[in-house]
Amino acid sequence: MNTNANRAFPWKHVTGFVLSIALTLLALWMVQAHVMGFTALISVTLLFAALQILVQLFLFMHITDSPGPRYHVIALALGLLFTFTIVAGSIWIMTFGGNQAY
Amino acid sequence: MPGYDRHHPTPFFVSGDPMIYASDVLIALTLVGVVFVLTYFRRWRWLWEEWITTVDHKKIGIMYLLAALAMMFRGGVDSELMRTQLAFPNNHFLGAEHYDQIFTTHGTIMILFMAMPLIFAMMNIAVPLQIGARDVAFPYLNAISFWLFFFGAMLFNLSFVIGGSPDAGWVSYPPLTETPFDPGPGENFYLLALQISGIGSIATGINFLVTILKMRAPGMTLMRMPLFPWSVLSASVLIIFAFPALTIALALLLLDRLAGAHFFTMLQGGNPMMYVNLFWVWGHPEVYIVVLPAFGIFSEVFATFSRKRVFGYTSMVASLMTIAVISYFVWAHHFFTMGAGPGVNSFFAIASMCVGIPTGVKVFNWLFTMFKGRIRTSLPMLWAIGFIPNFAIGGATGIMLAAAPGDYQYHNSYFLIAHFHQVLIGGVVYGMLAGMYYWWPKMFGFILDERIGRWAFWLFNIGFYVCFMPQYQLGFMGMTRRVYIYPADMGWSTLNLISTVGAYLMGIAFVLIVVEILYSAVWGVRDTTGDPWDGRTLEWSLPSPAPHYNFAHVPVVTERDAWWGQKEARKKGEIQKETRPFQPIHMPRNSGRPFIMSLCFFIGGFGLVFEWYPLALVGLVGILTSLLMRSVERDTDYYIPVEEIQHIESNLGRA
Ligand code: HEM
Repeated sequence: MNTNANRAFPWKHVTGFVLSIALTLLALWMVQAHVMGFTALISVTLLFAALQILVQLFLFMHITDSPGPRYHVIALALGLLFTFTIVAGSIWIMTFGGNQAY
Repeated sequence: MPGYDRHHPTPFFVSGDPMIYASDVLIALTLVGVVFVLTYFRRWRWLWEEWITTVDHKKIGIMYLLAALAMMFRGGVDSELMRTQLAFPNNHFLGAEHYDQIFTTHGTIMILFMAMPLIFAMMNIAVPLQIGARDVAFPYLNAISFWLFFFGAMLFNLSFVIGGSPDAGWVSYPPLTETPFDPGPGENFYLLALQISGIGSIATGINFLVTILKMRAPGMTLMRMPLFPWSVLSASVLIIFAFPALTIALALLLLDRLAGAHFFTMLQGGNPMMYVNLFWVWGHPEVYIVVLPAFGIFSEVFATFSRKRVFGYTSMVASLMTIAVISYFVWAHHFFTMGAGPGVNSFFAIASMCVGIPTGVKVFNWLFTMFKGRIRTSLPMLWAIGFIPNFAIGGATGIMLAAAPGDYQYHNSYFLIAHFHQVLIGGVVYGMLAGMYYWWPKMFGFILDERIGRWAFWLFNIGFYVCFMPQYQLGFMGMTRRVYIYPADMGWSTLNLISTVGAYLMGIAFVLIVVEILYSAVWGVRDTTGDPWDGRTLEWSLPSPAPHYNFAHVPVVTERDAWWGQKEARKKGEIQKETRPFQPIHMPRNSGRPFIMSLCFFIGGFGLVFEWYPLALVGLVGILTSLLMRSVERDTDYYIPVEEIQHIESNLGRA
């Protein structure tokens, strides 16, 4: 990281923080107000989750800062694999062979 | 009914049970005793300056070890109480409520407050020394992790005398744990204690990941690294990705209980099965988090005590990493019977069986490491050898449980209890004890007594089989877990009695280990060379115990078993004497803030447990203040001057 930036006001982090909270509250509101059908709700929530990941990666985790060692890529790939497994697996398990469970 | 009663408001102090009153008295006496000893010998300052404020990974490791042994005692007493109750049919030693509380605290303590700190102890003690580092990457954070664990454990244990223990199992499934079914502070203790220590665990995962990737000595490429740091690397990856799921599950359940939310209730659209799902998204990786470091320790021990380099190093690394990844694809095998359907169950059953493959590779590699080696059966090796048959049986019964249709027959029976104790005790506890015996001289400068140690090992090992083999049988005979009483005509009585005898044998073995430690502290063989086992890795190149900066000169590594290589070269007379002059060493400063901040977590947690929000707020303010003060702190590190290093090293006879 560029050392001069150390002293500057952390705009990036503040923006990221606000965006994260906004995305979370929006998802919560959508679900509570039943703004759309089941499948659409799940899909939009997932989309928000994906956006949330991007916010984290770009605004907090300095993914664009500099080309790091190769294990950065491995770690990122592993993280995405685990995230995908947990989300997809949970949806698969929790729909119990159909979406009548909710 | 002894213990706390669901239908009446809970008294602040748990009352009504003579066993609890006896513990009250014992706790009070112990506290008075500790305060008296510290005051009488004027040790308060020493305690504060040398231990409470320390950021030295070796001391933090020792504190983890002592705390874990204390928790092993507590969890062990719980298990002996349960086995006493189950020894005879229609026994009335413990009531139903009391039995529920005890299996809950036993399971929670053994996994989260015994196994976890024990692996953290080994990681802290050995990893920086093995990779040639002077400390972990974030020493201050390391102290925070320890104190968060410590106060989390204290909060959990407090429930026993204040407010009442949690009683819904170590998994704490809703809807049973929702307020209408389980009022009172018990479950809140569980949720907050785990949450607090969980923050510490995540921090430890990050700390060791960075330490291993960034702090290795020059020349130590990843593929030259000993296997224990490799296992810690994979466990750290698991911690980082798995613990957030637990954090979420616990936080949502806490919101249900304290704020009237409905994430997991039966009404208002909640779904308790989502908790089960989230819990095991963490829970399955968790069992690998505790067992992978044990695998790492076995690899070190087998190599050292066979005087051979470990067989199949590359495949060992590959299988560690494969296990870590596959362990994310198996969580549903903990709830096959929840009814997610044949598609889900087949997928997770096959994934579970796949874990057996890399694990098998490791077991064969350990056997081949011993093959034609010059084997010494010192205590660490004894526990390592004891582990192999144990894990073979545990693995076989695990595959049986992973077969989903079979699991419908024996899930939640004593077959399951026997299986997971076989892998948790046979794998994790044996591994950690092997590590404890192995690194004890490095920590304290003396070797634990062989003779008492052998008695302890054989008593424990025999007691183990006597205790748990009958339980497989009991499971097949239909005995379900978490029953506190059974009638005489089930045909279970003899096997249960045998099992209890085994549990007592293990209890005696534990007492023997404590005796061994005390005995060896006074009469044990001193380790003057720093290399009592003729070791292969860098920690044995240092004096025992190592000076606080670890390495006066950071070693330069040219091959895999770095210290062994140096010794071989020295024997051939081709070793160059160290010619580099000493350099000032950059060290982190001690700080009392990790302790104080964690104390604030404890206070805040206690406030939330009883829903005393002003107290919770006090805790929160304390935490935020501590964080803020750290952010503006500048004086965080210092240099050890060359003269001091010179002085210490020549006192150690090394310069
Ligand atoms: C002396 C050794 C031990 C004995 C005799 C023992 C005995 C028991 C008994 C009797 C139960 C209750 C079974 C039931 O009623 O359902 C139990 C449960 C359990 N034990 Fe152990 N145990 C021992 C060591 C351990 C260790 C070392 C661990 C973990 C590292 C452990 C983890 C658990 C867990 C997770 C449960 C389940 C608790 C629950 O049902 O929520 N145990 N144990």
